[in-house]
Amino acid sequence: MKLMNARKKKDALFSLIAIAVMLVGLLIMELTMKSTSILFTVLKKSMIYALVAVSMNLLNGFTGLFSLGQAGFMLIGAYTYAIFSMPTAVKLGDSVYKYYDCTVNLELGIIPAMLLAGIFAAVFAALIGLPVLRLKSDYLAIATLGFAEILRALFQWDAMGPVTNGANVLRLYKDLTKLKIPFTNTPFPPTLFCFLVSGLCIAVIVLLINSSYGRAFKAIRDDEIAAEAMGINLFKHKEMSFVISSFFAGISGALLAMFQYTVQAAQFKTAMTYEILLIVVIGGIGSITGSCIASFLFIACNEWWLRFLDESSSNIFGLNIMRSGFRKVVFSVIIMIIVLFFSKGIMGDREFSWERLRAFSRKLFGTDARKRKNEEISEEVNGDV
Amino acid sequence: MSEPILSIKDLKVNYGGIEAVKGISFDVDEGSIVTLIGANGAGKSSTLRTISGLVKPASGSIVFCGDDITGRDTGEIVRKGITLVPEGRRIFPNLTVQENLRVGAYLRGDDISEDVQWVYDLFPRLKERSWQAGGTLSGGEQQMLAVARALMSKPKLIMMDEPSLGLAPLVVRGIFDIIREINAQGVTVLLIEQNANMALKTADYAYVLETGRIGLSGAGHELLTNDEVKKAYLGS
Repeated sequence: MKLMNARKKKDALFSLIAIAVMLVGLLIMELTMKSTSILFTVLKKSMIYALVAVSMNLLNGFTGLFSLGQAGFMLIGAYTYAIFSMPTAVKLGDSVYKYYDCTVNLELGIIPAMLLAGIFAAVFAALIGLPVLRLKSDYLAIATLGFAEILRALFQWDAMGPVTNGANVLRLYKDLTKLKIPFTNTPFPPTLFCFLVSGLCIAVIVLLINSSYGRAFKAIRDDEIAAEAMGINLFKHKEMSFVISSFFAGISGALLAMFQYTVQAAQFKTAMTYEILLIVVIGGIGSITGSCIASFLFIACNEWWLRFLDESSSNIFGLNIMRSGFRKVVFSVIIMIIVLFFSKGIMGDREFSWERLRAFSRKLFGTDARKRKNEEISEEVNGDV
Repeated sequence: MSEPILSIKDLKVNYGGIEAVKGISFDVDEGSIVTLIGANGAGKSSTLRTISGLVKPASGSIVFCGDDITGRDTGEIVRKGITLVPEGRRIFPNLTVQENLRVGAYLRGDDISEDVQWVYDLFPRLKERSWQAGGTLSGGEQQMLAVARALMSKPKLIMMDEPSLGLAPLVVRGIFDIIREINAQGVTVLLIEQNANMALKTADYAYVLETGRIGLSGAGHELLTNDEVKKAYLGS
């Protein structure tokens, strides 16, 4: 047992070092490379999607609630952030609110506006959760999808113009370029900021999942009747999971708004929820690390790695099949292959662990396998004492 | 005999328009094993589900340790000391054995390590499998886990819904040995069974449910030799 604990401690230390190295590496890259590089765009967007995918996984993978409202909660987050972080001078001028007089005369800093984005999304989730969470499986999915669509229509509605600027674009709020290192005028590295905020939020979700609440969520996912018989209040826990998930979807919506400089309700369509769902499924339903890895792969393929397929200059057999949009075809085929051959996603319902990585590399290289095995046996013997 | 720990008076339960339980009354004495036997659809499971608060009764009263618990929430009832082992085991298949046990103790705020040790002593097999996912256990082990999980809430009264369902005869005998063992350690047991033979041999007192009403009642060994019971439930 002691040996096992020692190994666990060592692994935790490893993880901390790996995270620190990653963040420092990112900082160095951001300071030395051109900030307009596609790499940073992909990294930022991946991290934002990783957060919303993990929040969706909390619902779908850990609580067993098949909800498709994620884009709606991101919409609330993005709009809340944009409206509240927009400087008052811009709101009063004609550059954004051209056809309406903005009625929200409050300007907040970046972090307070982000928190408010999460809180608004959470409050809305709490309200719609009351009727919706009494539904099960597909019905829940349809109802949440419906609410997300209603939200989009509502935000584009003319009567909401004084708040949301109707169907027009919101811009000139505090985006990633407005980030400053506290008490100085030096810009804060934007990619690092996305990593820090998303990483912190994901860490909170992981802590929640490993707490006794998380165990109750998983119990509900596995067997509602048994969970209820153990005295777990089903509705209360479902509502809790739904509200927390929506809070983080709202935060990721705020990050998305910061990332893309403009926000428009038309962007938050059902298709966006499906993209997030795809990330969750490819990563593995019920795996946080899976969602993160899949998010990076998905965004990188979608925005970067398959770009060359769109360049019409290359011909195959004299046929000009490589035209813009072709990457989407290849991308769909790749997704189909993944779903067919890895039906449980990249990670299944397991998490990344150093132990598994060691086992994998051992299998891959086969070096000193026997020696390691002997070590393990002796450890097991000691562990039983 | 001592005071009844659980006292049911004139309990009626409806499902939709159907009367599943049509006014039954019975007592469970503290420290005893009491069984309800009866055919399919006699209302046994409905009775247990109503006592544990999963179903609300149409009328009647349920008094536990002197408190009226009729129509209370399951959480409150579990806190008071009644836990149900649901029919068909219903363990959490993707959680490890240990996690299953911790969910069983979900409502408790205190230290549970002593009770984990206690159930591992009762079921050494579970200790061997403590890091295994519940779904990978055999049927008998899953039933043990379901009982162990319920014991983790430290109940005064444990209710078991068909613990022998779908298990081999030898395993069933093991389960009944454990029921007696748990009872000997001071937990009152309310058991419902289709395996009337085993149930009557184990129980101190038994009630026979027939389509929502109590027909016969008596000490377990008495009913074993009762002609009516023999004909209807023991097949001889």
